[in-house]
Amino acid sequence: MSVLIFIDQSEGHIKKASLEALSYGVKVAENLGVGAEGVALGSASEDLAALGQYGVKKIYHVNKATFNHLDAQAFTSVIAEVAQSSGAKVIIFSNNVDGKAIAPGLSVKLKAALVSGAVALPDTANGFVVKKTVFSGKAFANISLNTDVKIIALNPNSYPVSATGSGTAEVVSFDVKTDATKVKVTAVNKVEGEVPLSEADIVVSGGRGLKGPENWGMIEELAKLLGAATACSRPVADAHWRPHHEHVGQTGLAIAPNLYIAIGISGAIQHLAGVNRSKTIVVINKDPEAPFFKAADYGIVGDAFGVVPKLIEEIKKVKGVA
Amino acid sequence: MKILVCISKAPDTTTKIAFTDNNTKFAADAVQWIINPYDEWYALVRAIELKEKDASAVIHLVTVGEADAEPVIRKALALGGDEAIRINASSQDSYYIASQIAEVAKQGAYDLILTGKETIDYNGSCIGGMVAELLNLPYVSLATKLLLNGSNAVITREIEGGEEVCDVALPVLVSCQKGMAEARIPNMRGIMAARTRPLKVVEPVAADNLTSIVSFELPPAKAGVKLVPADNPAELVRLLHEEAKVF
Repeated sequence: MSVLIFIDQSEGHIKKASLEALSYGVKVAENLGVGAEGVALGSASEDLAALGQYGVKKIYHVNKATFNHLDAQAFTSVIAEVAQSSGAKVIIFSNNVDGKAIAPGLSVKLKAALVSGAVALPDTANGFVVKKTVFSGKAFANISLNTDVKIIALNPNSYPVSATGSGTAEVVSFDVKTDATKVKVTAVNKVEGEVPLSEADIVVSGGRGLKGPENWGMIEELAKLLGAATACSRPVADAHWRPHHEHVGQTGLAIAPNLYIAIGISGAIQHLAGVNRSKTIVVINKDPEAPFFKAADYGIVGDAFGVVPKLIEEIKKVKGVA
Repeated sequence: MKILVCISKAPDTTTKIAFTDNNTKFAADAVQWIINPYDEWYALVRAIELKEKDASAVIHLVTVGEADAEPVIRKALALGGDEAIRINASSQDSYYIASQIAEVAKQGAYDLILTGKETIDYNGSCIGGMVAELLNLPYVSLATKLLLNGSNAVITREIEGGEEVCDVALPVLVSCQKGMAEARIPNMRGIMAARTRPLKVVEPVAADNLTSIVSFELPPAKAGVKLVPADNPAELVRLLHEEAKVF
């Protein structure tokens, strides 16, 4: 009996969200008094044994290049095989791109109850209950998982990465019966040199208040200074001032960074639905009636073109940047 | 080409979220129900666009819900779609819902099944992947583009920090998000035509519920915004650095 954690390393490095899921899974195992094991598919890009520092004892590695790209159906089948042969009782994913693709199929394959979007450790005092976000971050639901085997997909940025700094995991090569995939990846387009929005601790976001794409220089400068990703509101993406992948909100990307700085965004309810899980929200807007101030932790009522350059200077002082 | 689009009803985005019965039920009484935006704007509209290019294509809509789901599925029919199927059941468990949809999908032998990437109420992002597995179909999630090329689908999907293009033979199940299609609104002709399009009601098959909702809760109220004067951004930086400790 064990907790099995999916190690998401198919895109060249182990993602932060996956390390969060790993830390979470190790804690779940500890609370249940069982061992924590990992499963990784595809060619290893990093030293899997070093993941022992997060508390995982053993990692099943399905080392086949066919799994370097995601095929949800094939991944589901392989992880089901590993779960069954290792006797996993709880299987953990990050609720990120790969987790959303694989966990539902695995739930069917193993007939195991799934909670996706988990934000807390399971409460096992009375059954097995996991808290998750619902209504786009406006509420939580406590979900009871009523099957013997259980699957949890943990929301990114809701559990801290915790490493001891030492420890080595035993890496076991796991051979699967089939490696047939049906989804063939023909092109990959990554935005180079930028922090991916979904992984960013800090996000600097601009709205219509910035008046035009030519004014994004200060947004980018502020983001670079903070090691942040840039984002935008829907009207900005719709007007093609910024690329669509930067759009956060109900119909764009939902994010939960530690710090979200909204500049010139009024804070329509659709926008808030995508960012309301951010830990700290800063709003800079010249309209004191902007609804975003109600959802913010800190705010400045003022014109972005006056405030942001000064803010950049002050942050440089704190960071000791000339 | 037979396309099945999965439609869910969802509370309008501006709905005030509240719970009743000792926080075990969503207070649905005064709620304005809409078509779940991802199902409508991306899955359904993309299906309609595909049919506009290939007049022989047939679009069926499916929803799992009781009679109160009919106005929403009618509205979806008004946008486009040749026929709708309502499975007369209600459940908050994804596995149960997916089992119902899979049964209808099996009988229809569809080439393409489209869902929205998630519903805006339970945010599970589960139904597509579950239905695909129940039907033993490939599943491509979080798709931003979908083109047909003979008996294959060419799909662009989100990956962390970018996107990738993949090629898969039909039949396939695709979950759709922003980028798939341009939003459109029903016109009067569509609304009139929708009245005469068949809306079949079928009874559910036996299926298990694997999860149950114990209770709901609202997030703790924000303490309120701390406003800093516009001429003193240094104070904001101090608060972020020393109080919020975010950098």
